[in-house]
Amino acid sequence: MPAHLSARLCSLALSLFLIAFALPAFAGPFEDAVAKFANDDFSDTEEAIGVVAGSGNKLAFPIISALQDGRLMADPDSKKVYVTGADGKSIDAATGEAVASVPDSASAVRLNNRLRRSVDAALGSLTLQSPDVGTRLQAAQSVFKSHEETALEAVDAALAKESNKSVKTALGEARAAILLFKSDATEVEKLEAVATLKARGDQDALALLTGMGDQPDSVTKAAASAISSIQSSLAVWSTVQNAWYGLSLGSVLLLAAIGLAITFGVMGVINMAHGEMVMLGAYTTFVVQEVIRTRYPGLFDYSLLIAVPLAFVVAGAIGVLIERSIIRFLYGRPLETLLATWGLSLVLQQAVRTMFGPTNREVGNPSWMSGAFELGQITITYNRLWILCFTLAVFAILLAMLRYTALGLEMRAVTQNRRMAASMGIATSRVDALTFGLGSGIAGIAGVALSQIDNVSPNLGQSYIIDSFMVVVFGGVGNLWGTLVGAFTLGIANKFLEPVAGAVLGKIAILVLIILFIQKRPRGLFALKGRAVEA
Amino acid sequence: MTPHMLTRSLDRGATIFLAIVAACGILIPLSNLLLPADSFLQVPTYLVALWGKYVCYAILALAIDLIWGYCGILSLGHGAFFALGGYAMGMYLMRQIGTRGVYGNPILPDFMVFLNWQKLPWYWYGFDMFWFAALMVLFVPGLLAFCFGWLAFRSRVTGVYLSIITQAMTYALLLAFFRNDFGFGGNNGLTDFKDILGFNVQAEGTRAALFALSCLALIVGFLICRAIVSSKLGKVLIAVRDAESRTRFLGYRVESYKLFVFTVSACMAGVAGALYVPQVGIINPSEFAPGNSIEAVIWVAVGGRGTLVGAALGAVVVNYAKTFFTSGVLAPYWLFMLGALFILVTLLLPKGIVGTFNAWWAQSKEKRAATSVSAAAEDGVTEPKMAE
Amino acid sequence: MNVMDTRATSAMLYLDGVHVSFDGFHAINNLSLTLEPGEMRAIIGPNGAGKTTMMDIITGKTKPDEGTVLFDGVTDLTRLDETRIAELGIGRKFQKPTVFESQTVQDNLLLALNVDHSVKATLFWRGSKAESERIDKVLETIRLTEARNRLAGSLSHGQKQWLEIGMLLAQDPKLLLVDEPVAGMTDVETHLTAELLKEINKTHTVMVVEHDMTFVRELGVKVTCLHEGTVLAEGTIDQVSSNERVIEVYLGR
Ligand SMILES: Nc1ncnc2c1ncn2[C@@H]1O[C@H](COP(=O)(O)OP(=O)(O)OP(=O)(O)O)[C@@H](O)[C@H]1O
Ligand SMILES: [Mg+2]
Repeated sequence: MPAHLSARLCSLALSLFLIAFALPAFAGPFEDAVAKFANDDFSDTEEAIGVVAGSGNKLAFPIISALQDGRLMADPDSKKVYVTGADGKSIDAATGEAVASVPDSASAVRLNNRLRRSVDAALGSLTLQSPDVGTRLQAAQSVFKSHEETALEAVDAALAKESNKSVKTALGEARAAILLFKSDATEVEKLEAVATLKARGDQDALALLTGMGDQPDSVTKAAASAISSIQSSLAVWSTVQNAWYGLSLGSVLLLAAIGLAITFGVMGVINMAHGEMVMLGAYTTFVVQEVIRTRYPGLFDYSLLIAVPLAFVVAGAIGVLIERSIIRFLYGRPLETLLATWGLSLVLQQAVRTMFGPTNREVGNPSWMSGAFELGQITITYNRLWILCFTLAVFAILLAMLRYTALGLEMRAVTQNRRMAASMGIATSRVDALTFGLGSGIAGIAGVALSQIDNVSPNLGQSYIIDSFMVVVFGGVGNLWGTLVGAFTLGIANKFLEPVAGAVLGKIAILVLIILFIQKRPRGLFALKGRAVEA
Repeated sequence: MTPHMLTRSLDRGATIFLAIVAACGILIPLSNLLLPADSFLQVPTYLVALWGKYVCYAILALAIDLIWGYCGILSLGHGAFFALGGYAMGMYLMRQIGTRGVYGNPILPDFMVFLNWQKLPWYWYGFDMFWFAALMVLFVPGLLAFCFGWLAFRSRVTGVYLSIITQAMTYALLLAFFRNDFGFGGNNGLTDFKDILGFNVQAEGTRAALFALSCLALIVGFLICRAIVSSKLGKVLIAVRDAESRTRFLGYRVESYKLFVFTVSACMAGVAGALYVPQVGIINPSEFAPGNSIEAVIWVAVGGRGTLVGAALGAVVVNYAKTFFTSGVLAPYWLFMLGALFILVTLLLPKGIVGTFNAWWAQSKEKRAATSVSAAAEDGVTEPKMAE
Repeated sequence: MNVMDTRATSAMLYLDGVHVSFDGFHAINNLSLTLEPGEMRAIIGPNGAGKTTMMDIITGKTKPDEGTVLFDGVTDLTRLDETRIAELGIGRKFQKPTVFESQTVQDNLLLALNVDHSVKATLFWRGSKAESERIDKVLETIRLTEARNRLAGSLSHGQKQWLEIGMLLAQDPKLLLVDEPVAGMTDVETHLTAELLKEINKTHTVMVVEHDMTFVRELGVKVTCLHEGTVLAEGTIDQVSSNERVIEVYLGR
């Protein structure tokens, strides 16, 4: 039994134990059977296991699981049997009453291999019929994994009573797994088992089918075809899985890069402190959550909704400040801008480190962002899904803003021809400041989302800056759609390379590929042509 | 280097600089070794090692200035060449440990034994010989720079694009060297060195010699840079920096020029790294961190880009300040200061210390004599101007 | 390099059916033009006619979408890069004077001299007497001897124009492309420039783009008028300026 499962069973045992505690005990076959554990005789123990397991008594489960873990203590003198909990407290196994201490003469009931198997089977059948659906499902799955023949009866019994559909499927699969390995199962049973496993179609089923050993010809044949069908469906699912991971990573990259696409792509300003804007957004989220935690705990689920506009304002305002105080003196000197903003990033990081400390700060997931759901063979977590949606929404809003608002129009005008725009009465310096503020504000928003999946620390921004630049450069400067395509291409490429090359090598490979790509298309995927670019 | 190149490279500033470096290179080790420890003039060994580190940084700064100040190539990945040179030297030092390691394996360095490796990876062959390691110190950074530059310059990746991909390059190397299976000691890097060419690396004499050698390397590196920038090639480089495409229309193969200086510069950075490692006693992947490379750029900016003396001076000044501040109560403020330095220098002192001084000097000279305007140009101290 | 077996044409420069478009905008349309060896040709045309773009094509800065561009009858220029084309002997003066501002006038000329431009040669370069004599001569021709040690960036607009012409002289190419050489010059300077170009033309093939009609008239050479990327008219200045379509595009309808 895997460690985590037994841990669960232990806690379950404990809760059952608490229930049992309240029930009045009565003398009868159950108590007699319990007393047999004290005989220190393997056949008596076996008999006792059978009776206890079949008794339907609430104490049955704690007793048997204690037996399995060597926590069932028996006193040969008084014939009393005790269950010691993991916490050291003990109860009388026959009555469920708490006892102050187990007598020194008591020793753990011994087991041999044969007994151990019957303990497993007994436990299996006990949990297979537990009132809790989750426990039953767990138990069925663990039987599936162990596929011990001894559990067959328990499975059959549970199957007959089971009404929950998913538990029923799991039990059927467990049964199939047992039958497949049972030497005296009929050919028909085995063929059925193969079909059931084929329907399950995952890695575990595949492992069972490939490792099933000698079988009648017809079964081997059926298994072979099942294997190949499972393999191909698994291949499809793993592609889907990679694609999803890729989309998810892509959305993160896009989110981090959109702001950069504006400051670098539209304004031509290299903002090395962009990552720090993201970090500020994440810390804004942290502060918002802190305030909510201490003052208005009920609002926790809305913390992100509150943080988004705040982060935009905080990062945006700082962005405007930076533009007014530093960047505007450096227009037309991109390399100097790069150095100055790098210095700025050091200052911002250190400021945050001084204020909030150098370690990770805890930012929680609101309930609607935690958890996951299954889609076929893959698991999709809600936070990733929301981030993808959020990113696309931000992208769409930004695109619309650039296209339909006055500021967007002015921004495009200034980008294309600064002097002309100025002479037409556009306050170019105001537009510059606002554009930079917009880019920074979006970075702040990105920080809110990234706080949900990444560690919020002063170094948060650093880990995104190179990736974001790669996205913008790869997608083509000055083109938001390029950024979108660039981010998702890189995200997906990364995730497809990862299983082949490993996470770090995959990342290196991507960097190398981008470097090579820039050789071919120095201006990115969606390059702007023309004199404006060359100037 | 032919004689005429040497004489051409030695203007007054250069000569003064070389004299100072040579004096330091001779006097400091002598004072360390010969004077009694309680003497007022005795330089303690820890200072010799510290200053040796500064000298290595000065060489790195020269390398960066050569390409940035004179050719407009802003590399944010020069720390990678420095670190590669350092690793080449570190590999030699590792192999010198021999059976004195914790595991006592005569061939395999400790970390390989720890990783259960049975035999030496092929790329560690030859590093037990000093001449081979010394060759690799030049060859590995040079080769990387050549390949990288060949790809980048041929397809005319310039300006910030180039800066960003050089940063990506060093970042990729950082990730790679962090891996254990890459075979360079992973996270911990290479350390616990015992001796170099048979001399104990910890010994005072070795440290003094390493310091003197670093000064010598600085002198040689400076002369090479001076020879390059005061030749006609130097004029072509400046032309490329100021008006790259115009230079092409005159029939210069710009990419070859860039490739040449980039490679030379990378080799210099490699040498600096190689001298650095035995003096600090360790080389680990953090040397590849993008922050290091960009910090080296700011040394050059502080000292004055396009003035070789300034680059070396900037490296020493900034690193002295770093040592001073990070060891005192002001430590938490050092990053604020460094950040502010980046901002203030680019905004207020774009020519750097030496550049500003030169401009002031030329002006006052002009006022005094009102004769020739040529001084600035002939000193090779022309005003740096952004290529874009 | 694409060397054909036989000379396809006797012309020094031969453009045929050249098209260029920028993001859908047709800057050059079916442009055909030939320049005989030793000829000087003046190109006129309204703003945006494609004159500079034509020079970009000849010097390799812009690659045409289709069409033939032959130099000296044998070399297909569309396949070569700027450096190679310059090495072949095509020199260019830019519309916006582009000199190396942070270097002296003298160094600008030194850089332009048509000597070995390889890395090795420049690294081990040591000035020769012949070189400095040539530079002196050019300086004299462009009247900048006094300013030889001044930084090029400190020159006036007109002086920069001259310096760029001087760089062309130092480069000594077979074909000179001169884009708006007299923009920003006084009448006297304009006249001198015309004289200088005529002098140069004695030994070189020259193509001059200019808006200044007095200057073009003074050159007294065949004139080609471009409009919307194609040749509108060709002939003497009088023929071209009396051409109805030329008048139409200049005055605008
Ligand atoms: N790289 C480019 N990208 C986009 N459009 C271009 C580019 N180069 C030229 N054009 C366009 O092609 C047209 C021709 O330009 P060109 O500079 O050749 O005209 P011109 O005849 O030299 O004009 P002028 O007399 O003003 O110098 C113009 O409309 C110009 O905007
Ligand atoms: Mg033009």
